[in-house]
Amino acid sequence: MPDEPKHIVASFEADLKKLRDMIAVMGGLVERAVADSATALLEHDAALAANVIEHDPKIDAEERAIEQFAVRLLALRQPVADDLRQVIQALKVVTDLERVGDYAANIAKRSIVINQASSRFALSSLGQMAALVQQNLKSSIDAVGEADPQKAISVWRADQAVDDLYNTIFRELITYMMEDARSITACTHLLFIAKNLERIGDHTTNIAELTYYAVTGESLPEFRPKGDQTSAYIHANPTGQ
Amino acid sequence: MEIVSPIMPEAAPPETLSPKTPISAARVSIRNLDFFYGTNQALRNINIDFPDRQTTAMIGPSGCGKSTLLRVLNRMYDLYPGQRAEGQVLISGENIIGPGLNLNLLRRRVGMVFQKPTPFPKSIYENVVFGVRLHEKLSKTEMDERVEWALTRAALWGEVKDRLHASALGLSGGQQQRLCIARSIAVRPEVLLLDEPTSALDPISTLKIEELVDELKRDFTIVIVTHNMQQAGRCADQVAFFYLGELVEAGPATQLFTAPRERKTQEYITGRFG
Repeated sequence: MPDEPKHIVASFEADLKKLRDMIAVMGGLVERAVADSATALLEHDAALAANVIEHDPKIDAEERAIEQFAVRLLALRQPVADDLRQVIQALKVVTDLERVGDYAANIAKRSIVINQASSRFALSSLGQMAALVQQNLKSSIDAVGEADPQKAISVWRADQAVDDLYNTIFRELITYMMEDARSITACTHLLFIAKNLERIGDHTTNIAELTYYAVTGESLPEFRPKGDQTSAYIHANPTGQ
Repeated sequence: MEIVSPIMPEAAPPETLSPKTPISAARVSIRNLDFFYGTNQALRNINIDFPDRQTTAMIGPSGCGKSTLLRVLNRMYDLYPGQRAEGQVLISGENIIGPGLNLNLLRRRVGMVFQKPTPFPKSIYENVVFGVRLHEKLSKTEMDERVEWALTRAALWGEVKDRLHASALGLSGGQQQRLCIARSIAVRPEVLLLDEPTSALDPISTLKIEELVDELKRDFTIVIVTHNMQQAGRCADQVAFFYLGELVEAGPATQLFTAPRERKTQEYITGRFG
């Protein structure tokens, strides 16, 4: 970590730095994908949406490259203590980042469909949610690069606000659908978009938890503050009796 | 080409050979131990327990005191004038650095294996029975049984049973080291000290010794000094890190190698020592 003395073997030091840099590059691509997919949705920009979808394989390729590099580090350097935790963190963080990239591509695809719908919906809540998710994602990726456990804890706590917004949007969209059945197709897509953003928030907290462990050697509590209450809407009596 | 035979299955030791004290209680307890080479203090206020029938690995840079501590445990330092230990080293409750102790008896209770194999220039059989003859009067049959038991426990019986009366010097390095382990355990010690036992061996012989350590800890309390971190992680239940004559940190191997408590330990095991 930054304030530690350097390794005696300079090439190992260089390898660990390369691993951090590779994650920073992948993190940048993923941040960009999420930002562009939100812009494509809010500004009805089909070309930008197509661009996000087109670039998703690049994120997947970065994931594979980092995994291969981390496996090579494990095999050749046999790291221990904080070095080991850093490599394990890298292996798990790239999986989270790759999933975030997939969600961004899915938002982009759905934004194209919504643009083709005849009616327009107020998207301010979704815009607010997207902004908050982007901000948390950026902080969590920064926390990885800076090995900052305090920043990781802040992100971990901040996901509650994302969940609260998701609950609001969920209720809002159900209301639209009840008022006008013709809106069901578009609203369902918007609901999935909101769910995708909520899932990005969850992966962001995973990254924060991994960072906290990598830096401190301790795990954050198993139960973090959660606000997603939409499962309460599930019909508890499917037989209708 | 030498054919590497598989490690021998465990032979049940005679009933009397198994220590009967409860597992996991401390077999060795070190309290406030200081050690001096003349005026030079090599160990400072060491406090640590070596649990019964578990393996403790001692790690640290050269000159940190880990081999000195090993030499205190069987009072090998007594051979050199001007060296002295202060404090308490309790083995099965008895302070072994106190006066009036029978050193021959102590060295039967605390066996030691060194960095380089040290077989006597005698037959394999004579190497194993050498210590036993000093302490016990056994019939020929009993002695033969003891030799087979010790060599089997040292995973060497299958390789040497047909040439027990051949010279021990004809064995390979790895076999010689296992013979030294057989010689140490033949006198049924309570504690087995291993001072970098694999540093002169090839990787396969090293793995055989590591496997052996895992087997032997069922019957003995094992203390191993090693410079090989991975070996400490593989073999030991407990790992102790020494630096400049002080015990910096001791704890379960998993904890010490994934999240050490002390910064000094972390710097050493990750290769950032400056």
